[in-house]
Amino acid sequence: MAIFCTRETKILIQGITGRDGSFHAKSMLGYGTNIVAGVTPGRGGQTFEGKVPVFDTVRDAVAATGAEASVIFVPPAGAAGAVFEAADAGCKLVVCITEGVPTLDMVKVMPYLAERGVRLVGPNCPGFINPGQKAKLGIMPTNIVAPGPVGLISRSGTLTYEVVDALTRAGLGQTTCLGIGGDPVIGTNFMDALQAFHADPETQALVLIGEIGGDAEERAAEFVKANMKIPVVSFIAGRTAPPGKRMGHAGAIVSGGAGTAAEKKKALESAGIPVADRPADVVPLLQQIWKR
Amino acid sequence: MNIHEYQAKDIFRDAGLTVPPGGIATTVEEALSLARAHGLPVMVKSQVLAGGRGKAGGVKFCKTEDDVRTHAGNILGMDIKGHTVRKVLVTPAETIAAEFYLGMLVDRASRRVLLMASAEGGVEIEKVAVEKPEAILKHAIDPRYGLLDHEAMAVALRLDPDVKRARQLADAMQKLYKAFLAADASLAEINPFIFTDQGAGKAIDAKINLDDNALFRHPGYAALRDLDEENPSERMAREADLSFVKLDGNVGCLVNGAGLAMATMDLVQYYGGRPANFLDIGGSSNPDKVVNALRIILGDPNVEVILFNIFGGITRCDDVARGIIAATERMEIKVPIVVRLTGTNEAEARELLKKTDLVPAATMDEAVQKALELAGK
Repeated sequence: MAIFCTRETKILIQGITGRDGSFHAKSMLGYGTNIVAGVTPGRGGQTFEGKVPVFDTVRDAVAATGAEASVIFVPPAGAAGAVFEAADAGCKLVVCITEGVPTLDMVKVMPYLAERGVRLVGPNCPGFINPGQKAKLGIMPTNIVAPGPVGLISRSGTLTYEVVDALTRAGLGQTTCLGIGGDPVIGTNFMDALQAFHADPETQALVLIGEIGGDAEERAAEFVKANMKIPVVSFIAGRTAPPGKRMGHAGAIVSGGAGTAAEKKKALESAGIPVADRPADVVPLLQQIWKR
Repeated sequence: MNIHEYQAKDIFRDAGLTVPPGGIATTVEEALSLARAHGLPVMVKSQVLAGGRGKAGGVKFCKTEDDVRTHAGNILGMDIKGHTVRKVLVTPAETIAAEFYLGMLVDRASRRVLLMASAEGGVEIEKVAVEKPEAILKHAIDPRYGLLDHEAMAVALRLDPDVKRARQLADAMQKLYKAFLAADASLAEINPFIFTDQGAGKAIDAKINLDDNALFRHPGYAALRDLDEENPSERMAREADLSFVKLDGNVGCLVNGAGLAMATMDLVQYYGGRPANFLDIGGSSNPDKVVNALRIILGDPNVEVILFNIFGGITRCDDVARGIIAATERMEIKVPIVVRLTGTNEAEARELLKKTDLVPAATMDEAVQKALELAGK
């Protein structure tokens, strides 16, 4: 079944006529994603690629097409506004691809989404793809994925592709490949994604791709240890990153640690999750512990 | 972006916080005239973008003009953690009856701005966090309502049971939040917030980190950037819109995507090498961007080999290969270049590379191993 959406979920794209939005909308359509509408203020009444109606507002698009989910390709200054608009119009799933969104804009959005029961993925993320459902909400390349039983959660983009590609080449298809984004404040975090995969009966193994900063991997390790029976493997990027360059010390105070790769590896391994030394080791590690 | 104490103090003043006056001096003479204008005793404080200034001897109490001469003379030009002191802040010295730590930052877990406060003021808060974590009070601020009076007061009374002082502390917390929002900060700290012998509350130190993503809506902050404090290659990278961090190895890395860039550095180290940098070139195959990236990396004399690691994904690999070839033809490059391209049109890309001196590699591991071999020569 995969997580977050199926082939039937009706999807709209905010910023569909923009440079990035139109490029990726075409790719999503080409994959077979159920895109029912696009939104660009001032372009209402037009048609995208001869088949997708474009509306001025998300509210109009939802009223006319019954869209339930939105993928946002709006520039940073307007990205938070686009998330508010999608939530207000009744979309229950919002994927924000935009990179460079001011952090405090996202802080402001969060309670608004919580009050309305809206799930946000991103911002600054590649979105997700459900190969068995032919549903792509984001920018992941479609030629490297295949339907199958492995779930994947990642904080990065191209590093995810590297591992997904290796999984597919090894004959291990995926339920959902999810990139949650690397910003400090994001909607769906590692933990939320884990819970979603935990509830998905089709996901029979899980790959976690983390990186330095914060304590998401440590908390994920606790959850896996306490709740999950399926095999889980991990990779953490940033062993050689110099301290203090990406995150200040004050951030480490909150997490109670420095957020280093070594600490994360330790937490994951003590929860029984093997951590690969190289991206190329992820698939062999998974094959090793996965008794099928 | 990090800014200096005196710049952060201006932002605090604008938010209504009580901050002692002061001025910036770049010479001993200027420091003296500021000391005379503000009246002795004064503090002479180095202005560098590094922590631990006091410990390094970069903050001095001056009772006399001779003290100012000696200390300003010593501090100007001093090296603090690799930063040269070019400016000092001269500010009246305050009597300190009590000191506190007040700080705010964006908290990933609660997705809110987190207030942190401690009665252990004036010392390194990182140390307090490790040795005495219970001494730091925390409150996640609801962005809909801000830091409410009773919330601030509850924290303040736990810091100081004296109600008059608690009210001043609570007021300072609320103004700190105001400053945090107004500046689009990612971190704001007052360490210490003090009470004088007369019971006046003041922020005598200030630290603000600004959210780079929000700088577009604060055009005035561009002037706050201290270009002297920036590593020249990191400055070139910022101006070229490339994410770059200089390291001290000999393998120059150009990678698309931050996660893959970190993983590439890690792999260089895994095979016994040392990366010269972190560089995320983004999704573009634009030769101009590649040229800029190569210029920045080749500006480092330690670099003995260049390693491109590109996972094409949606971007076509043949486009990226053309971009790399065009860029390398436009400049004279004396070090070998290893190129790993995977993704759409990978085969076409390899054909293109065959006609050049660029060394192709099929996988990340192969690319790193080839680069290390070439670096040794």
